[in-house]
Amino acid sequence: MRFYEFEAKQLLKKHGIPLVQSELVETPKKAKKVATNIGGPVILKAQVIAPGLAAASVKEAADPASAKSAAAELLALDDGGRKPKGVLVEARPTGDAVYSLSFTYDGTTKLPVVAASDMAGKIDDLGDTHPERIVRRHFSALYPFSDYIAKELAKSLSLGGADLTRMTRIVSGLARLFLKYDLADLDITSLVKLGDGNFAVLDVEADLEIEARHRQRPMLEELGFAKDDLRQVREPTEFELEGARIDAEDPRGIISPIAEFDGNIGLVIGAGGGSLTLTDAVRKHGGRPANYAAIGGNPSVDKARRLTKLVLSKPGVDKIAVMSNVVSNTRADLVARGVIKGITELGFKPADKILIFRVPGAWEADAAKILQKYGVEYCDRTVSISEAARRAVEKVG
Amino acid sequence: MAVIVHEDFQFIVQGITGREALNFTRECLQYGSKIIGGVTPGKGGREVYGVPVYDTVREITQKQRVDGTVITVPLAFAPDAAYEAIDAGIKEVIIITEGIPRKDASAIVEYAALHGARVIGPNCLGIIVPDVCRFGSLGGPAVDCRKAFKPGVVGVMSRSGGMTTEICNALTLSGLGVSTAISIGGDPVIGSTYADLIPLFEADEDTKAVVVYSEPGGTAEAELARWTQEHHSRLPIVAFVAGRFMDEMPGMSFGHAGTVVNKKVDSPADKMRRMREAGISVAEEIGDIPGLVRARIGN
Repeated sequence: MRFYEFEAKQLLKKHGIPLVQSELVETPKKAKKVATNIGGPVILKAQVIAPGLAAASVKEAADPASAKSAAAELLALDDGGRKPKGVLVEARPTGDAVYSLSFTYDGTTKLPVVAASDMAGKIDDLGDTHPERIVRRHFSALYPFSDYIAKELAKSLSLGGADLTRMTRIVSGLARLFLKYDLADLDITSLVKLGDGNFAVLDVEADLEIEARHRQRPMLEELGFAKDDLRQVREPTEFELEGARIDAEDPRGIISPIAEFDGNIGLVIGAGGGSLTLTDAVRKHGGRPANYAAIGGNPSVDKARRLTKLVLSKPGVDKIAVMSNVVSNTRADLVARGVIKGITELGFKPADKILIFRVPGAWEADAAKILQKYGVEYCDRTVSISEAARRAVEKVG
Repeated sequence: MAVIVHEDFQFIVQGITGREALNFTRECLQYGSKIIGGVTPGKGGREVYGVPVYDTVREITQKQRVDGTVITVPLAFAPDAAYEAIDAGIKEVIIITEGIPRKDASAIVEYAALHGARVIGPNCLGIIVPDVCRFGSLGGPAVDCRKAFKPGVVGVMSRSGGMTTEICNALTLSGLGVSTAISIGGDPVIGSTYADLIPLFEADEDTKAVVVYSEPGGTAEAELARWTQEHHSRLPIVAFVAGRFMDEMPGMSFGHAGTVVNKKVDSPADKMRRMREAGISVAEEIGDIPGLVRARIGN
């Protein structure tokens, strides 16, 4: 879950990390005022979540008047259906030296890792262009962070004297807050050494581990996160919100994540990996999925019924494909009953609306019997995922 | 021969009285696995399908050899359950529990490594050696499990539990069969990656080829590609990468917790390129996997 930069900076500030002068504004007029206070050129950053806005969301302004007009432009940006959450107006000190720091988890060693460079930028990008300018240190999520790790990292950046001790304090502070707040990624893409010898953080990107959002609730409250704000890259659609409601209202099984696409083949598909594979398979055979879904964890008949109705009611969707990997815990018969019920409740015949039903595995004999009663062909495990997708696409025409 | 488990493999189930655990305990017993005890605090003295339930892991390890544990306790108790098992000397730890933050997963795995224990998962379903041992909840009811997993020559590692069964089913239908199948888990930090486990398949004489199922997110595929290039593996590897549509949707998350395209290495296109460069065959569709395996092992 992505933090807005102003939120990330609030966390850093609270933990004594030195930051460049910066203020969040919500109007162009206020931007002008802040720019006047700062004096000299400023940088303005629209507070947005959607990817692809990196370039469009940042502007430089030489004077307060141009800060005002820049802020007006930034506030008009479309952040995946949302308005920007204000604009950060910041001083832009020129420093003697610039660094970047990046905290993440290394899936290979399974440990948290900090990478540092004596260049500004995202470590992920610097890794391609200047791998020799990056140093790394792993640390532990099991034991408390020890300052010497930060010191060794600073040393390997060839820092000495006061620079070494200052950098050690910053890296230690960041490592501790990275662990404390369950961050998944923390990127300081620009850390500058000022003329007076002090360091200041200019640019920050931070992501919260989504699975930790409940236990990090106190911190999120403090930052003013709404309870259901998952910081998706775009605003959820009505269809997606209804899917989430259906999922939340019945604890039996899982049908999320559910996402809306602009195609015409309604997908009632499962589960985690199966849904990814099936969505690819439909596209590979030239089909255009109307949605993404994931039936797993043995959903109830009612949940399958409501998902079916939701997908089939979507404008532009005439038929649905019901497909899954070979299921182990989800019962094929319950899915069959839910789908049939959903279709009949909408006043249609199941045989007219189901492009294919391929859910092999647990309780498959019962599923086959139910479908037979309604004249729907049941595809068993001998029909591959690719073949099922091909037939569905062919039938929808 | 088999990977990790064997005919006499004895394990316990932590959280055995939970709904999901009750199901897979029954399924494992029907499959012929040796479950010698279960743990649920406060429920010691009960029985689950003839398996004695204890309050602590140590009550079991003090009396009997315990080769492994399957942890399926609620989220908030999962790290504690893992530490309890590791401190009691258990060396093979499967964590089924979903939704464990990566910080906790990292701490558990580090603790395990310090004590010579191996973690599979979290957010996985476990291991099956067809007709020998089932260690975890992979494959569902024993009757379905036997349909999808027949003994054979292909080792399987998968980030998705459901797709482990799907792929094993395809290999079984094709007559190639499965040597050992491991659902490794779909989280960003897991105890055992492809590269950690492939040496075990390398040493397993029943395994003639390995199939891996992968998803967007993480460095596991790049790591496997590097391992393959550095070790001149005798095993041909066939990989399938799901979620290619996600390349067009940066930042969106589908499927498992680890499934997101934020960094370059996360993208299916990048994973496929790295694996192809390392000599790994990349299947376009699940249905192509058996044919690619046959072509690679000359069968």
